[in-house]
Amino acid sequence: MSTPAIKQATLREHTRIHGLGIYRPSVVVTNDDVCQWIDSSDEWIRQRTGIVTRHRAPRDVSVVDMAEAAAREALADAGVEPSQLGAVLVSTVTHPLATPSAAAQVADRLGATPAPAYDISAACAGYCYGIAQADALVHAGSADYVLVVGVEKLSDFIDNGDRTISFILGDGAGAVVIGPSESAGIGPSVWGSDGSKHEAIRMSHSLLDIRDYSLAAAAGGNAPAEAAEARAALWPTMRQDGQTVFRWAVWEMAKVAQQALDAAGITSDDLVAFVPHQANIRIIDEMVKQLKLPEHVQVARDIVDAGNTSAASIPLAMHRLLKEQPSLKGGLALQIGFGAGLVFGAQVVVLP
Amino acid sequence: MASNEEILAGLAEIVNEETGLAPESVEMDKSFTDDLDIDSISMMTIVVNAEEKFGVRIPDEEVKNLKTVGDAVNFIAGAQS
Repeated sequence: MSTPAIKQATLREHTRIHGLGIYRPSVVVTNDDVCQWIDSSDEWIRQRTGIVTRHRAPRDVSVVDMAEAAAREALADAGVEPSQLGAVLVSTVTHPLATPSAAAQVADRLGATPAPAYDISAACAGYCYGIAQADALVHAGSADYVLVVGVEKLSDFIDNGDRTISFILGDGAGAVVIGPSESAGIGPSVWGSDGSKHEAIRMSHSLLDIRDYSLAAAAGGNAPAEAAEARAALWPTMRQDGQTVFRWAVWEMAKVAQQALDAAGITSDDLVAFVPHQANIRIIDEMVKQLKLPEHVQVARDIVDAGNTSAASIPLAMHRLLKEQPSLKGGLALQIGFGAGLVFGAQVVVLP
Repeated sequence: MASNEEILAGLAEIVNEETGLAPESVEMDKSFTDDLDIDSISMMTIVVNAEEKFGVRIPDEEVKNLKTVGDAVNFIAGAQS
């Protein structure tokens, strides 16, 4: 007996970004605030990172709260109902539970249930990973509209005394709705990883360190206060090897950015904007130099006010650019995310 | 194969491009951080440009050992031989 033929999802030719929304938390942390915790100065921080302020969320505002707020704005901007969502993807490394995902809660709060929902752990490349997957899902006919949220509450995972990365990090969320389009709105994704450099950007401890310490402290009968303090020092916080990251982020990522342009069949002359992950102004400026971007290409520098918000930084930066220069809408932007893993992703997109 | 003098001159040119420091101030015994006031990010840019110019590989873990201009010149000379 022959195998019966089955139907497959119908492929779609084109996709695009239909809407964009963001959430910027209310607490503003200045460089002078940071200098209470590390021996530094406003001038030193500006010169090394370009950062003047970073936004951080209050204790009672969660990753899910921020994601929901950005998502609602993106859906409204797109004119898409939550019930039309065929998937909800949340890119984050700071949702404080390994499971259940933030995405399932976000989908529920929005009224998108039973849309498939899952988190993406790709750090500062998380947003571009989300776009790659959403684009593929819509292309393949697996979903009509897909919500992609990049959200971080990095302030829960920093050590104020750390000089390697904590002082540059901020909180926030950005979201987009990806869906079918009559013309090409998202170029091919150039994405990848290099796990041999997994220690270049990392958490200081694993949750198992806390468990093991607690067990040992309990068995050894340590004084409770002393044990609690030592245990608190095991809380996972971000660290990075700045020089290794800088070299990789500029010279390796400039190649990836160029590949994304090539894959889309355009040159940098065709761009209206460059929206890189907002890691450090020196990385952004050096990348612009390596890519030899023409003067007319607007470069997103949201980092000055927002700090480095990991998965949220590209949509936040894109939102600011479009707010300040609405004429860029409909033009081509090159976006590239890169970070802990190490992981990277880049696409050319039509600005919503 | 470049002589130490040629490497020093080439390095001075790279430092000048990155920082604006006069090439003649880039001397063998000068410390990149203490004397030339070059920060870790600028140092990495100098390293990558030096790799390209001299056709050598300077691994990340080696960069922190390059305290003085002389350290860098000697490393590059050794890597070329």
